[in-house]
Amino acid sequence: MAARHKSVETKFYEDRDRVLKALRNCDRRTFLKISAATMGAVMAKGLMPPHTFQLVEMANAAVEKGSSGVGASGSAPFRFAYISDSHLYERTLNQRFVRSIVKAVDDVNALDPQPDFVLYGGDLAQLGAPAQLEQGKQILSAVKAPVKMMVGEHDWFLDMGEKWQEMFGPPTYSFDWKGVHVVVLMSVYEKDFWTARKMTPEERMQTVAGLDNAVQSRFEVGEKQREWLKQDLAKVPSTTPIVVFSHSPLYKYYRNWNFWTDDADEVQAILKPYDKVTVIHGHTHQMLQNQIGNISFYGMLSTAWPWPYAPEGLPALTIQMNRADPFDQFDGCGDGQATARADGLVDTVYNLWDRNPVTVKADYLVSRGKTDQPPAPQFASY
Amino acid sequence: MRAQLSLVTAALFGAVAAGAAAYLSRGYSGHIAYAQALPSHQVPSAKNGGVVVQLCDGVTTTEVKGLKPGEQMSHAQAMDVSRKLMAEWQRKHPERHWEMAQAESGGTPAGSAPSSTSENASGAGATGTSEVKSQQGDTYASFHDRDYMIWKAQTDAFVDYGNKVFHSAKLLGGTIGVSCDMCHPNASNTHPETYPKYQVQLQRVALLRDMIDWCIENPVKGKTLSADDPKLRALEAYILAQRNGVALAYGKH
Repeated sequence: MAARHKSVETKFYEDRDRVLKALRNCDRRTFLKISAATMGAVMAKGLMPPHTFQLVEMANAAVEKGSSGVGASGSAPFRFAYISDSHLYERTLNQRFVRSIVKAVDDVNALDPQPDFVLYGGDLAQLGAPAQLEQGKQILSAVKAPVKMMVGEHDWFLDMGEKWQEMFGPPTYSFDWKGVHVVVLMSVYEKDFWTARKMTPEERMQTVAGLDNAVQSRFEVGEKQREWLKQDLAKVPSTTPIVVFSHSPLYKYYRNWNFWTDDADEVQAILKPYDKVTVIHGHTHQMLQNQIGNISFYGMLSTAWPWPYAPEGLPALTIQMNRADPFDQFDGCGDGQATARADGLVDTVYNLWDRNPVTVKADYLVSRGKTDQPPAPQFASY
Repeated sequence: MRAQLSLVTAALFGAVAAGAAAYLSRGYSGHIAYAQALPSHQVPSAKNGGVVVQLCDGVTTTEVKGLKPGEQMSHAQAMDVSRKLMAEWQRKHPERHWEMAQAESGGTPAGSAPSSTSENASGAGATGTSEVKSQQGDTYASFHDRDYMIWKAQTDAFVDYGNKVFHSAKLLGGTIGVSCDMCHPNASNTHPETYPKYQVQLQRVALLRDMIDWCIENPVKGKTLSADDPKLRALEAYILAQRNGVALAYGKH
């Protein structure tokens, strides 16, 4: 029998069969050993080949519960998940985005153990229509864990947030969770560009919906909300870990696409006194990480579609995702989980659909890339 | 039976002052609306079993003996025939001045008034010789700033139309509210300079327009546009314009 070249798919299935066979009769310890070994071998080679079968890293599931897990900062570690940027049209018009958000809901419901809560990262509707928002709310009602809602620009600018607030309450709020202070911001306010142009609400929404539409203003948190943030943090000691959920990145990545917060510097200054700050943001539809001073930034994936990396301004620390395969409707999309650790820092897992998940640890960001570097992608954006 | 040869090879002759010079053999179809019908010349039939060649004035003819219909002349023979025809024409119209843009190599231009300072380095004639100096009153390739302005305005308008289609699900014919700019803001990640390339998912070598059509059919859920469709051409124009200056790299995956 002549040695034949094996296709990528054949190799994948052979790998898979081999691993599953080994798993068939093993206890939990052996299972974790195999899982860690496979991950280790792959990471050591510096590869993250999309076609090789690997077990999803299960180590993150081992979260200590109870007093034994309380860290030095007084916080207990916990997990949360996120679903973001679904951009729903009415089901009758567009099935594709509906399928994606339902897939994310299934992912989150399948997590074991269940996360403490699920963050919805904004842009639930595509054009802010009540029917779209209602549909999104109905789909998210199937999530078993409690859902914390955050607003995006696509939800807001049709009626300036009227329907959103009616359905989900105020867009800015904070809460404490197991020793971590969590702040949810409305970071996509825009200075009025529509009145002078006599735009209808629909035209205003369409303008905001266009990423490369230079007519709209840049996003901002705004002075009023910055004041609120100052007041809110006034009672929080500087040793308490802070997690900020925001739709816009809270730093300046690429102005033309509104991957940008105009008053980012002011917001970062308010967060500066705190030892451990993590910002988790939406809007960018890509794997994105940054570290500015004391703040670690993680961008969330979108369920609807991926965006290419901007031509300039991409933070050097970002571990890029391979550019998306347009022939696969789920590629480059996904959801994710995060672990708020005992030491107050946050690790995240990017659950990329149709690809292996990628873990980005806080140590990687805080060390400015010196330790814990995740594998790099094969196919650069161009 | 068309025994008529087109003699308007740009290297040998300048634009004829008379309107018949528009008789290009490149066969534009449909894009240029002519104000009136093009002139049509009747070529007399051959008397000696050869091929009748007619000058673009529609009158001067000569018969090439020994040439069968459909058979090609050698270059030297063709030059000889055209020289004879030009000489005949010059003889009939001694008062008319014939502008030569370039002289042919190895022979005097047929009967032309030696007003020009044209020189010609290589024998091929037609293809660019850098030693040709421009001359006063040269009607051939003599365009002015206003022409360039008009052409640029036309091109930019077409690219703008492509921009509009790119950003509109409705104009694309999409049925699910998805437009190109949703995944490709400013036409990013379209990388038109990498086509043609083998696209395994399409099982063929793809050009940019094939990918555009695929995207229209799939993520946008519209009907594919034919190659002639002004919308497809405008989309291509817009995408290419956004990548101005990027080096071509066909086959890059």
